[in-house]
This record gives sequence, C-alpha cells and structure tokens, in this order.
Amino acid sequence: MEQRLAGHFAHPDPEGLRVMINSSLKQLGAMLAGKQISSVELTQAFLKRIESHNPDINAYITVDAEKSLAQAAAADRLIAGGKAGAMTGIPVAQKDIFVASGWRTTCGSRMLENFIGPYDADIIERFDAAGAVNLGKTNMDEFAMGSSNETSYYGAVKNPWDRTRVPGGSSGGSAAAVAARLCAAATGTDTGGSIRQPASLCGLSGLKPTYGLVSRYGMIAFASSLDQAGPMAKSCEDMALMMNVMTGFDERDSTSLQREREDYTRGLQQFEGRERPLAGLRVGLPKEYFAEGLDASVAKVVQQAIDEYRKLGAEIVDISLPNTQLSIPVYYVLAPAEASSNLSRYDGVRYGHRAAQYDDLMDMYCKTRAEGFGAEVKRRILIGTYVLSAGYYDAYYLKAQQIRRLIAEDFAKAFRQCDIILGPTAPSTAFRAGEKADDPVAMYLQDIYTIAVNLAGLPGMSIPAGFAEVDGKQLPVGLQVIGNYFDEARMLNVGHAYQQVTDWHQRMPEGI
Amino acid sequence: MEWEVVIGLETHAQLQTRSKIFSGASTTYGAEPNTQACEISIALPGVLPVLNKEAVNCAIRFGLAVDAEIAPVSVFARKNYFYPDLPKGYQISQYELPVVGKGALTIQVGDTEKTIRITRAHLEEDAGKSVHGAAEGMSGIDLNRAGTPLLEIVTEPDMRSAAEAVAYAKKLHELVQWIGICDGNMQEGSFRCDVNVSVRPKGSDKLGTRREIKNLNSFKFMQQAIEYETRWQIETLEDGGKIEQATVLFNPDTGETRAMRSKEEANDYRYFPDPDLLPLAISEADKAAVKATMPELPQAMQARFVSEYKLSAYDASTLTSSRAIAAYFEATVAAFVGEAKLAANWVMGSVAAKLNEEDKDISASPVSAMQLAGLLKRIADNTISNKIAREVFDAMWAGEGDADAIIEKKGLKQVTDSGAIEAIIDEVLAANAAMVEEYKAGKEKAFNALVGQCMKASRGKANPSQVNELLKKKLS
Repeated sequence: MEQRLAGHFAHPDPEGLRVMINSSLKQLGAMLAGKQISSVELTQAFLKRIESHNPDINAYITVDAEKSLAQAAAADRLIAGGKAGAMTGIPVAQKDIFVASGWRTTCGSRMLENFIGPYDADIIERFDAAGAVNLGKTNMDEFAMGSSNETSYYGAVKNPWDRTRVPGGSSGGSAAAVAARLCAAATGTDTGGSIRQPASLCGLSGLKPTYGLVSRYGMIAFASSLDQAGPMAKSCEDMALMMNVMTGFDERDSTSLQREREDYTRGLQQFEGRERPLAGLRVGLPKEYFAEGLDASVAKVVQQAIDEYRKLGAEIVDISLPNTQLSIPVYYVLAPAEASSNLSRYDGVRYGHRAAQYDDLMDMYCKTRAEGFGAEVKRRILIGTYVLSAGYYDAYYLKAQQIRRLIAEDFAKAFRQCDIILGPTAPSTAFRAGEKADDPVAMYLQDIYTIAVNLAGLPGMSIPAGFAEVDGKQLPVGLQVIGNYFDEARMLNVGHAYQQVTDWHQRMPEGI
Repeated sequence: MEWEVVIGLETHAQLQTRSKIFSGASTTYGAEPNTQACEISIALPGVLPVLNKEAVNCAIRFGLAVDAEIAPVSVFARKNYFYPDLPKGYQISQYELPVVGKGALTIQVGDTEKTIRITRAHLEEDAGKSVHGAAEGMSGIDLNRAGTPLLEIVTEPDMRSAAEAVAYAKKLHELVQWIGICDGNMQEGSFRCDVNVSVRPKGSDKLGTRREIKNLNSFKFMQQAIEYETRWQIETLEDGGKIEQATVLFNPDTGETRAMRSKEEANDYRYFPDPDLLPLAISEADKAAVKATMPELPQAMQARFVSEYKLSAYDASTLTSSRAIAAYFEATVAAFVGEAKLAANWVMGSVAAKLNEEDKDISASPVSAMQLAGLLKRIADNTISNKIAREVFDAMWAGEGDADAIIEKKGLKQVTDSGAIEAIIDEVLAANAAMVEEYKAGKEKAFNALVGQCMKASRGKANPSQVNELLKKKLS
C-alpha cells in the first residue's frame, strides 16, 4: 500500500489518499524517512484537501501555501541529509492564537485582522526546530472565548460529523481540521476546556498538559493563570510525538517549569499485546461527573468506555470532587478578570484595529474596542472589570481564588485514592449551530467537567470513546482522562492501551 | 489659628539597570524614539514579562540602606488604566505586598535631627512618553522609557515643613546615588517626587485632607510648590472653604499649584496579582549576597569620621554628602599622613569652592587627592604657609604641576632660618620707628602691624610663628 502511495501522490486515488490522511504521525514519519512520499507532496495533498473542504468547514483562517511548501522543501532537505526527527516534514495546523513571524495572527478577532506577527511563539519555534510544516492558522472562538467556535469574527466552524452542528471551542478550527483530515495534527489551547471539549465533539484526541509544561510565550493571552497549549491529534501515540516537540522550559515565560525533558512515547509500547495491561491501575470515577446535567446518551458511551478499562485490568474506584459545581462560577470570575486586563493592550494605539473616525482619545478607545471586539469578548471584559472593581474585589476575585484552592485540594485528595480519573469530557454531544449562542450560561455549562482541571493546573485529556445516536446521526463522544501533575506520560499510556483495543479514534466522518 | 502642615513623599527613583525591568531592551537615556522598544516594551500580543534580577538587587540594596524589612515574598500586581503611553493597558507594580517594608531615614534640618519613617518601597515599571505635536495635529508615543525599572519609595506623613521635605528628598537623593541604584539625574526624570500636603490646626492629631503635588523634578520647585500649596490650603480653610482630595500640578512659571483631577475622577485601578509573574521570593542568602557588595553607608561613615578623624559632626556630614567626596577626602588623608582636620578644611574649603565655581563634580577635579595631599605635607612641614598654599593650590588647579614643583619654580619656600628672619625684622624695625614707639606705649595693635610688615617684606615666605616669636624677643 505504502509503495503505491508515493506514485499516486500527484494524482492520488481515493484509497491511497484515504490511507495517507488517516495515517498516524509515526506512519507518516516512516513514509517520509523511507522517501515513499516527500514532505512537499504530503503538504500539497493537505493543501489540496483544505482547498476543497475548507470553504464549507471553515477550519482555517489563514492558509499560505507558499510558506508551507517552503518549509516542506526545507524538511525534505533535512530528510535527504539524514537529519530528520520524528516530526520533520509533518504538516501541522496551528491554532491562530500563536504568533508566527510573517503569518497573520488574528486570534479569531477583528481586532487583529491586520496583525502580522513579527516574532515566533515558543511552540512555533519548537515545531520549526523539529522541521514540522506549518500548514496554516486554524479558526477559533474570538480570543479563545467560547465553546462552539461561533464567536469567531471569521465565521463559525462546522463539525465534520454533522455540518449543522458546532465543533466545540475554542479550538474548534483545529478540532475540525483534524477530524476532517485537513492536517496531520494540530495545536490547541485550553483555558477551561478549549482543547478537550472540541476534541470530544469532533471525535479526536486532545491533551491539556500540566500548567507550565508548555511555554505561553507568543500564545495570545486569554486568562494567563489557566491558559495552556497542547496537542490535538488522532491518537494518543500522535499526541505523545507532539508533546515531545511542544514541551520544555522557556526562560521567556516566568510560569514555565524547569524540568528534565521527557520522552512521552517511551512507555506507549509497554501495554501492547498484554492480556490485562492496566492491572494495578486505580481509576477514579467522580460521582459529580455522572450526576444530573449529563446527557444519557453520553453517559452510556462513557460507561462502556469505563467497562473497557475494567476489562483492561483497571480497578475502578468511586471518588468525589465535591466542589465541582463551584468550578463554573469560580472560572467565570477569574478568567474574565484576567482577560479584562490582558485585552487592554488592544487599544488602537500601536497595532491592530483602530476606528476610522473618532473625536478624541476616549472616543478612539471606545469606538476601536466597540468595533474590534465581538459580543462574547465584551461580555467577559465587562464581567472581569466588574469583579476587580473597588468594593467588589474581595467578594468576587478573592473569594474565587480561595475556592480555586479548595478545588485543587479536592483533586489532591482524589489522587490519594486513585491514579487517574475518568469521566465525560462534555455533558453532551455536538449541539446545533445557534442552539446556545444566545444563552451564555448554557454555553458555559459545556465546560462543567473540564474547567476544574484548569483551575487546579492539572493535565486533562479527551479521547474518542464511541458514538451516540442523536437525531439519526452518529456523533462522537469523548472520554476525559485526568491525571496528577506531570502525569501526561501515564495518561497517554493508558489512553494508548485503550486505543489498542478500540478503533473509535480511527473513524472518519463521511464525505471527507 | 496656628496651622501645621503635614507632608509625606512618594519618590520614583529610576534604577540603574542596563536592561528594562521585564525585558532585555536597553534603558539608555536619549536614544531615538522607539529604538529601545522590543516586542515586550510595545506589548505585542503574546509577549510575557520576565523579572530583571538586577532591579531586585537594587531594591534589596535600598532596603538594607534604610534598615527596612525586606519581604521574603512580595507580589507583582497589575494597575489597570488606559493611556496611550501605557502599552499593556496596565502597569506592573506592587500593591499589597511590596518588596521593601518599614524603614527609616534620618535627616538634619538646622541643628535638629529627625527620623522620617519609610512606609514601603516597591518595584514597578515606568510608562512611555507622549510627545505632543510630534506630527501635524497628532501626538506621538515614545516607548523607549516604557518598562524602565522604578523603585517607588513612600514615607509616612512625618514632615512638618517644606524645609524638612526638601531635606528628606535631598538625603534620599544622596542615598540612592550612594548605594549606586539611581543616577539621581532630576532633569532626565531619574528621580521625581510626588508630595502629599495637608494642613491641620496645630496640636490636632487628625490628618487634614491631602492634595498630591505630582512630578516635582527639582528641590527648588519642591520648596516653592509646598510653600504655595500650604498657603493656599490655609487660606482656603480660613476663608471657610474645604479641601477636596485632588492631584495637583506645580507650574514653575507662575509658582502656583493647580488641580489636575479630583478624587471623583480618579481611576479605579483594579489591582490584582499579575498571573504572568511568580511571587518574588528573597532569601536570607540573597540578602547576604547583596549586603556583601554594599558600600559603607553615609550614616556609619559620618560616625566613623567623627571618631577616627576627630572631625566635628558638621564636617563629617559635609564630607559624606556623596561617596565621591568621602572617597576623595579619605584618599587625601591616607596620602597625607597628617592631621585629618587640615585635609577636611581643604576639601570643604578651596576644593569645594573651586568645584562650585566651575560647576564640576569632584570626580572631575583637576587636583587629585594625591596632589592635594602633597600640598598639605608642605603646609604641615612648614615649607609654606597656609596663605602661600592657596597660591600653590590655584597653580595646581590651573595644571601647573605638583605642589613641590610649583613651590620650587616660584621660589615660595618658607623662610625658617632665624638669621634670615632676624635680618628682615631688623630692617622692618628700622623703617617703622613710629610703630615701635606705639607698641612700646602699650598699643597691642601695633605689634600685629609689624608682623604684617615683616611678612610683606618676606613676600609671605617667612614662617609667621617664628616672626612672632623673634619680633617679641626684639621688642622686649
């Protein structure tokens, strides 16, 4: 098959293409190393797919074939020179929140419609150094604020599994791009669930690492104490390769952690071919994650996944995270507070949008920000400004910080009883476009199972767990895996063990 | 009614670090606009601050110098407000937990010593500058200064007159330069003071409503501004008016203060801990490391000058008004190996006068400490008199060489040979018979006139005490 692939690349036949786009990063790496395909060919194939599918799905905001192909050509030279690494030549989609020099970086906002990055974010540098190809900048909720990708100034993204539905958010463009096989893998960022919830709704694997593991330098800030970048890919194995590129200490980010480098792929094989590979693993099920608010169809799929884990040898333990309900109000105090300050720099003075007409300085600020920001961003700036105001700070911001610590303690207690936590990623499958757009609270509840992880700074992951039938459609359901600090390798390993006995992660939507 | 003015100061000292407080951009003054503005200085999307350790060391130095508590953990906070020269829309500062806590600085006003309590000192970044009229009908923004490290030093309302406030400001100005954390350049804005002024009936222990005079960049203006503001407040109250809390600006042209914004218009800065920066931890070891590099402080040095050199408190204080002056004095004493008081008199006298006259810093003195010591040696060993020494000093200042060379070249060596002096005295006595008569008739003044004549006849070179002694003998 792979032999045939190279020859058919310029005019790929449907079967060859299907194999190529569904190949794992490891397989693609092998094909590149074996010169069965070149990075230029691979990149061209994905660009072509973007050309045909993106007008409908809208996963990308910016595509620059010339730039991508130049990088691919450079990767091919590395491969030819025998200097290739595991990610060399692999086309990766970058969420449009990462500043990349020479690339327009909009963060999904009109405010940055004309902003071309003069420098590289840390993770852009890392992918460049690894020889990966930047395939384009993916769509997202404006300034990463949203759970449906409907707040993007560049239009909503469609869920490849059902184009009347949302892909989730805020990394909805990256999720749709991976699901529709418009890239080999993508990056996302997760402040309250923005990697995991779209991964769940689009049937892919997404990981939010421990806070501080991936540098935030060059990643446009939403809520600095919660923001963390991570991989979005087809499988845990792919994510392990991505993690090897993305993580590492960066002196330009004061919250970056100085740790020994880790090889996230090193433990993946340990479970392969074993009868009860997860024997000895204690899996905690938080009762609050299976209570009211969880769709029955989702609960059923998650339960089946848990049964699968039991079959793999895991011991199931009931645990409690009592402050789960508080995580949403706490988050919607802290994240907007930080955001209201982080977004103050978009004032029309130095770069970005500026109103065309204004009377004086105040008028320039008001019009610029009124025009440049969308409704959800304005809502959060208002909330954030309010909770930090004199007279309200103690009741809101300070109180929320105290509860944040309680939430972290809940997890600390839980991890004395179990090694990892499993549960649903999102309370429902993908909802219809427009369904929650006018109901912010319903939208905020999408992140009920994911937000606490950000508040505690823990790593969280979503992997495909199966499908639920909704209105005659099969929609993906994600299983959330929460680990203790720096336990990403173990999470990937147990995810990989599951993906060895299931094929949910290999399923592709129809019509792509 | 008798009134009392109550004054507290907030001083911004720009720290002498090579790069900015949260980025690697240079802090050099006077560069072309926006050439020292990196992506962090202009607050591009995605950039993050990283704390400059040098700025922290400066804060520790200051804390040690004013004997203050240095916080083991302090926190950077964001002060949020919109202004075109504030690129992020917030200033990174410290709010609830400053790096330097309670300390004190002792000032001297007239003969009275007074201790001014320092409330706190915290690290923060400076804003950029708005350049009005940079282009037709527009204002420009220069972000070179944005992110320059500042230490804001806040006092308790401990000062009771403009003179005390100025004395404190001067003392602080000396100190920050002494410990090498600030160049003290007030014209360039490296050291600027905000002064809080209120008045109250004398004897009251309640504080009046204060007004804050912003950005005073000279001691003269500070004095004028406080005096005007005090008068204005007293007159307002005596006329039955009320003082509203406000921020005011001093206009040096009119000598008046004027309200800039009232309390109602004041910003709600929405301070909160900056999530981009970790709490600043300072260990005992950090403090010890900085302490090891601290110079002897002016207060300690003053005390030492009094005990070691037997100087008066006044002399010791004058000689420790800057590190350079103190160093010059000590180098002079060391090379001179003589009476320190003589060295002190010369440093505070002729040297200071010349420097003043030519508006020079002691580091630029054409007469080095070694050279001055050379001159002092010739005074001490009676080679020249004090009077001749001043002539020699002027020649040294003019670059004519060392004291010995000048004395030799100009033939200024003091005459100490009693034979030679007696010969001069004989001549003078012969030529001034009338004076001799007056002296003998009991007019003491005539004796001094005769000494003067002898000195004149020797062209100043005769040893005055020998002249005195021999003359007395001759006349008895």
